Amino acid sequence: MASAATYKDRQFLAVIGDEDSVTGLLLAGIGHVTNPPDAQRNFLVVDSKTETSEIERTFQSFTQERKDIAVVLINQHIAERIRHSVDTFTDPFPAVLEIPSKDHPYDPEKDSVLKRVRRLFGE
Amino acid sequence: MSGAVGREPVFPTRQSLGLMKAKLKGAEVGHSLLKRKSEALTKRFREITRRIDEAKQKMGRVMQIAAFSLAEVSYAVGGDIGYQIQESAKQARFRVRAKQENVSGVFLPQFESYTEEGVNDFGLTGLGKGGQQIQRCRETYARAVETLVELASLQTAFLILDEVIKVVNRRVNAIEHVIIPRTENTIKYINSELDELDREEFYRLKKVSNKKQRDNAAADAEILAARQKAAEKEAQNGTADTSTVTNNEPEATDVLGEQEDNDVIF
Repeated sequence: MASAATYKDRQFLAVIGDEDSVTGLLLAGIGHVTNPPDAQRNFLVVDSKTETSEIERTFQSFTQERKDIAVVLINQHIAERIRHSVDTFTDPFPAVLEIPSKDHPYDPEKDSVLKRVRRLFGE
Repeated sequence: MSGAVGREPVFPTRQSLGLMKAKLKGAEVGHSLLKRKSEALTKRFREITRRIDEAKQKMGRVMQIAAFSLAEVSYAVGGDIGYQIQESAKQARFRVRAKQENVSGVFLPQFESYTEEGVNDFGLTGLGKGGQQIQRCRETYARAVETLVELASLQTAFLILDEVIKVVNRRVNAIEHVIIPRTENTIKYINSELDELDREEFYRLKKVSNKKQRDNAAADAEILAARQKAAEKEAQNGTADTSTVTNNEPEATDVLGEQEDNDVIF
């Protein structure tokens, strides 16, 4: 069960997305860089040149290693590239949220949580 | 079915029968309570899934509007501001804090967004031109992120509730299909054993009383026979000689005392 300690100090949002999504979300003020010794950004800009392994690594670090992230936002078309990791990550914290991007409309059928919702109600 | 679940390893005594009855009662109360809890959670769960569905659709719309306002910005600024913004992001202004909500004993976290005052990384962004658009864009995105945070807390609640409902249902089923039948089985077993003991005891008592009766009857018959013999003898002697009757009587009194004296040494 999720005890208070596991989410008490989670206060940031992280984002993995294309440039426009990241820019917009940073404008909203979610961007955070940790203190210098090991400066870590809580956002990753993915373009066509970004390796899937790097997305994977960043996703793992946001979900497993960092304990200060409450919500991970990830563009749906990027989540598709690491679908396996997204689907196998079932912990309540941090919450992984698939968001639409500018040039990829949102498809509810691919969302890992909505898939579970559909499966539970047998639709 | 009831044979498959077995029974508790107890001795069939009255004390353990009482214990088992108390246990059965406890299991039934616990079962009904857990069932109610599961129903309450499921109700909540359905509500949350409905809200997730709605929020996902709302998110689609909100993100579209936000993307459009960003397009407005790049048009107004006349260039790419992405790099500049990524580099100037230092401290999060928009943060979340987790609250707890208690739904029938389950703590559901709820994220609540707040803005850290006095942090502004983008003070100089759009200083040249497009400042107004950037301001509007920031507001739009802030609203979008609020929607996302709301969705995230719904989703977290969904995952936790899913887990808890599974656990509760497993418990309900365990009580219903294992613990209650097993306890009932044990009670049945203890009862049958106690009945068996009762019957054995009853049979033993019957046997004892039968034996006593038989012994009594035998003793009675012996006495009767002896009396009859004596009576016959008396009758015979009475016809032949009356003096023997007087002789017989001292013999009978002999048994009480006089002959014993021969054994006494002192």
